[in-house]
Amino acid sequence: MTIRVLVAKVGLDGHDRGIKVVARLLRDAGMEVVYTGLFQTPETVAIAAIQEDVDVVGLSMLSGAHLTLAPMVVDALRAKGSDIPVIVGGIVPNNDLEDMRAAGIAAVFGPGASAEEMVASINEVVSRARA
Amino acid sequence: MTPSAYERWLALYEASATRDAAFSTMSGVPLDPVYGPDDGEFPGLFPYTRGVHASMYRSRLWTMRMFAGFGTAVDTNQRFKEIIAAGGQGLSTAFDMPTLLGLDSDDPMALGEVGRCGVAIDSLSDMRDLFADIDLFTVTTSMTINSPAAVMLALFVAQAEEKGVARAQLGGTLQNDILKEYQAQKEFVFPPRQSMRLVRDTIAFTAAEMPKWNSISVSGYHIREAGSTAAEELAFTLANGFAYVELARDAGLGVDEVAPRLSFFFNAHIDFFEEIAKYRAARRLWATWMKDHYGAKSELSWKLRFHTQTAGVSLTAQQPEVNIARTAIEALAGVLGGTQSLHTNSMDEALALPSEKAARIALRTQQVIAHETNVVNVADPLGGSWFVEELTDEMARQAEAIFAEIAGMGAGSMLEGCIKGIEENWFQGRIAESAYNLERSFNTGQRIVVGVNDFTEGNDDADLEILRITNEDERKQVARLHDVRRGRDESKVLVALEDLTKDALDPEVNLMPALINASRVSVTVGEMMGAMEKVFGRHIEVPTL
Repeated sequence: MTIRVLVAKVGLDGHDRGIKVVARLLRDAGMEVVYTGLFQTPETVAIAAIQEDVDVVGLSMLSGAHLTLAPMVVDALRAKGSDIPVIVGGIVPNNDLEDMRAAGIAAVFGPGASAEEMVASINEVVSRARA
Repeated sequence: MTPSAYERWLALYEASATRDAAFSTMSGVPLDPVYGPDDGEFPGLFPYTRGVHASMYRSRLWTMRMFAGFGTAVDTNQRFKEIIAAGGQGLSTAFDMPTLLGLDSDDPMALGEVGRCGVAIDSLSDMRDLFADIDLFTVTTSMTINSPAAVMLALFVAQAEEKGVARAQLGGTLQNDILKEYQAQKEFVFPPRQSMRLVRDTIAFTAAEMPKWNSISVSGYHIREAGSTAAEELAFTLANGFAYVELARDAGLGVDEVAPRLSFFFNAHIDFFEEIAKYRAARRLWATWMKDHYGAKSELSWKLRFHTQTAGVSLTAQQPEVNIARTAIEALAGVLGGTQSLHTNSMDEALALPSEKAARIALRTQQVIAHETNVVNVADPLGGSWFVEELTDEMARQAEAIFAEIAGMGAGSMLEGCIKGIEENWFQGRIAESAYNLERSFNTGQRIVVGVNDFTEGNDDADLEILRITNEDERKQVARLHDVRRGRDESKVLVALEDLTKDALDPEVNLMPALINASRVSVTVGEMMGAMEKVFGRHIEVPTL
C-alpha cells in the first residue's frame, strides 16, 4: 500500500527549502505527499493529518523550537485519538535526541541525511505503526 | 586628447588616501595597485566590473560586520560589546522569529521561538537595552528585518534620539527587502502591495531625514540559501533592486535620490570562481542598468556596494571543524570579488547559534585574509583571467535573460514583474526546482560534500560545545514585556494606535512619523503590526510542491 505523508511547518519558521526538497524526494520514492504550507499550529497539523488519512507526519524544524513544538504535535494527535507517528527533520542537536524520543518522536533526521536513509526510516516507522 | 582609462584611474587612485601598510609581497616584490592593459577596465571606473573604488582595499579594508543576536536585548548587547572589543567594526542585528514576524513575545504563536534565532525586541525598552553603552556616532548598525522594518527603524530612531543622537547622524542599514521574503525567506506578514507601501515610506523618510542611512539592503543571500543557482541569485536580486528604484520613482523620488542608498547583500557559496564572477557581473549589470535604463546621472547610483555572508547552507553538521575551511574559502571569494563588508559564519551553525569561541574564530578567519595573505594589495587580482572574464560574461548573460522574463511578466515594469512573479509562485517555483536539482546531485554522489557523502571517518567524534538557548530566556523576555505594559500610559498608547490606523488608511500618508510617535510611548511591536494588519490584511502563500 502506498505510504501517505503529511509534511508540515509548525510555528514561525519560514525555512522551506528542506521540506520542499524532501517532499519531492519522497514522491520520487513512490510516496504520496501532502504539504501544509507555512505557519501551522500543532492543532492544524493534527487536523490535517487525520483528514488526509496519512501514515506519517513529517515536521521540518530549523529554528530551534523543536523541543517545544514537536511534542505538541504528538500530543494534539494523541488527544484526537490518532496514533499517526511523527518524525522530524532539520537542525536538531544530538543532545536533544533523547528528549525527542521521550516525547514520542519516531525518528529524527539531521542535516545531511540522504534520501535513502529517510525513505528507509519512513518505511520502517510506518510498518511498525501498521503492525 | 581624452585621457586613457589608465590615466583616469590613476587620477582617482592618487586622490585616494591609502592605508599605512607595505604594498609588496612577503619577499619584498613591490606591487601595483591594479594590473591590466592601459585601455582595459579599471576599478573605480564605469561599469565597475573590477571594483567600486580605484584604490579598493589599499584605502580601506572591508568592514568586518558580524551578525549577532540571541536571547534578550541585554544578552545581545553583551555580545555586541564583545564583538567591538575583538575588533569588529560594525554591528549587525539578528532578530528572533517572533520579532521578524512582528509578534510580541507573549503571542501564542511565539511559543518556543523567543530569543532563539536572534534577539527578541518588543518595545522601546528592549531597543534601549540593545544599544546601551554603544557609541552610535561611530559604530554603524545593520538591522536584518523586513516585514516590520519600518517599526524597527522607528524604535531605533526613538532610542537614539533619547540618547541625544539625532536621526540625521545615524549611520546604518535596514534590510527592508520585502520582495525576497515572498520569494525565498518567507518571513512575510502583509500582502506584497501593502508591504511595498511601507518600503516606499521608509525610502522617502530616510531620503528626507537620514542622509547616512541605507534604506534597503537588497538581498540575494536568502534567495541562494533557499536553493537558487548563482545566476538566479544575481538576477532576482538586481531585479528586486530595479523594482525598488521604480517604486521610489513612482513616489516622486528621482533615481539619483534613491539608488545611492541601496546596498546589496550576496551569498559567498563554495564554488569559488563562480562566486567571484557573480560579484563582478553584479557591479557591471547594476551600473549599466542604472545609467541606461533608469537614467541615473550620479556615479553613486551606478556603484553597486555589497555585503557578503558565507553560505550557511554549505556548512555541515558532520565534522563541524571542517566548516572553518569552507568559510575561509568562501570569505576569500567575497574579498577577491571586492565586497564592502563581510560576515563569516561560525563552524557550529549547522548545529545551533554560534558559541562565543566559534564566532571569534570566524572573525579571526577574516583577519587572517586581511592581514596575513596579502590579497588586499591588488584590486581585482583575477581580472583578465580568461576563465574569470568568461564566467563573468556568462553570469551577466544569464541574468539578462532572467531580467527579460521578469520584465515580461510585468509588461515592461520590473516592479510589476517582481510582484506578479511572487503572486504566481514563479520565483518560488524556480528556486525550489534548483534546490531539488542540487540535492539530487548530492544524493547520487555526483557531487561530494566532505563528511556527508564521502570522507566520513571522524563523523563520530565528540560533539562541539554549542550555545544552548533555554526557555528561561523566553520567560525572562515575557516578564520584561509585561513590565513595559504595566509601566506605560495606556491613554497615550490608544491615541498613538488610533493615529497609526488613521494614517495607514490613507495610502498617500507616510507612516514613519506615526510609528516613531507610537514607539516613544511604548506601543509594542505586536500592537503596531496588529493595527496595520487590520488595514492591510495578511499574506497567505498558497503552498506548491
